[in-house]
Amino acid sequence: MQTIDLQKTGLRETNATLHQQAKQTNQTAWEIENPKGAHAIACGLDAPIEVIVKGSTGYYCAGMNKQATVHIKGSAGPGVAENMMSGTVVIDGDASQYAGATGHGGTLIIKGNASSRCGISMKGIDIIVHGNIGHMSAFMAQSGNLVVCGNAGEALGDSLYEARLFVRGSVKSLGADCIEKEMRAEHLEILAELLKRGGCDASPEEFKRYGSARQLYNFKPDNAY
Amino acid sequence: MLTAMLITMTDRGPDSAGIAIYGSQTPGKTKLTIQSDNPDEDFSGLDTALTQALGNPVSMSIKSTHAVLSIPSGTTTAVRAALISLSPRIRVMSSGDCLEIYKEVGLPKNVAQRFQVEQMSGSHGIGHTRMATESAVTTMGAHPFNTGDDQCLVHNGSLSNHNSLRRKLRREGMHIETENDTEVGAAYLTWRMQKGATLGEALESSLRDLDGFFTFVVGTKDGFGVVRDPIACKPAVMAETDQYVAFGSEYRALVDLPGIDNARVWEPEPATVYFWSHDTAPTTTEKAA
Repeated sequence: MQTIDLQKTGLRETNATLHQQAKQTNQTAWEIENPKGAHAIACGLDAPIEVIVKGSTGYYCAGMNKQATVHIKGSAGPGVAENMMSGTVVIDGDASQYAGATGHGGTLIIKGNASSRCGISMKGIDIIVHGNIGHMSAFMAQSGNLVVCGNAGEALGDSLYEARLFVRGSVKSLGADCIEKEMRAEHLEILAELLKRGGCDASPEEFKRYGSARQLYNFKPDNAY
Repeated sequence: MLTAMLITMTDRGPDSAGIAIYGSQTPGKTKLTIQSDNPDEDFSGLDTALTQALGNPVSMSIKSTHAVLSIPSGTTTAVRAALISLSPRIRVMSSGDCLEIYKEVGLPKNVAQRFQVEQMSGSHGIGHTRMATESAVTTMGAHPFNTGDDQCLVHNGSLSNHNSLRRKLRREGMHIETENDTEVGAAYLTWRMQKGATLGEALESSLRDLDGFFTFVVGTKDGFGVVRDPIACKPAVMAETDQYVAFGSEYRALVDLPGIDNARVWEPEPATVYFWSHDTAPTTTEKAA
């Protein structure tokens, strides 16, 4: 285990050290102490390493992540795991706005609640939230899965493309072109795997599935002025 | 602690800073915090001149460009009028039994040093660091804004209907000094309360009448409130323990507070008015909230 005290080492050097880890590195376990809400911790990683952040983080923690596992032992500020490509990000606490925004791949697990715009414009990432999510989540979400064990806020899945949204609790309102869809066997199977991956104590049958009505896909001359 | 929080937030707003501090109250007295760009000239002999003008004792304590006048309760309007005739350059930053507002242009560190914020004490306080987007970097454009006796407002965001609202409020007789959007927000709350609304009601209706982005923190004599617009893209983080309630634009501002590791840290919901009060019995304002 390699330990870095962020307050002593500084952000740039900490991130540079993590960036230097080659794909075959033997130093696969890292611990960052005293994050104190700093921004951009463990951003842009591209190696199969595990980074444990011992506390809460500020903006854009684990952004652009590839391959790495980043485990935040606290809450995360806005834009956590933004544009993640692969790997895993786990947050023990809550996540602020636009968690997992534009993520292309990998898994984001939020054990607390996520606030507004969770998974906005997601493009293939899987986001699993143990608690609730805020308004405008999965806005323009293109692909990937968003699993919510609690409730969803206003305008879920507004202008949605092909992402799958699974919500166990209530949905305050659905956004434009987002509808409830039939939960078929194939979806239960996908959801069961996601719940297992996210460490959720929930049964797939308790969830509802939401998706795109596909009415906003094409330009309609009738809507023109 | 407030000074450290302000300095941490310098990179969110380096151009000006201000604090509202709720200090001790003297029975029978109220406070008027005033500001001048020429303090040596304008504050010299001001207490004597005001004492003579009012026929009541006025004392003054000068802190850099600001001074706190201790005046007999109920004479605020008379003192304001006397100030205009004695020294029209002087501007009133705040009025109230406990509230003092200090704000200036410059790095938060320098502003805090200028007013010796670290040596101040009180029941609660609000600090703000500004990065101007809507109007000039001036003392009067800095936050907090005084909205009424012992009430103040700080704002993160920008209001888009401040010009039309300013015209409307001026027609209603409200005094608005600058082109600043937050000053309009403050004047709006003052106007609503003059019309009989409680602070809670005024904040509720601000969600309808103010267009734009805002996270507001309002200070009152016995506590403070927080409200975010329905879109809530402007951040807000709360920390609560048995000992205190703290607000910050981000968690970094709160990390050095005592017991933060065991505090309840959370984000206020959009379009929801929150209040925290020192008094156990809720006041009208808190009930309305």
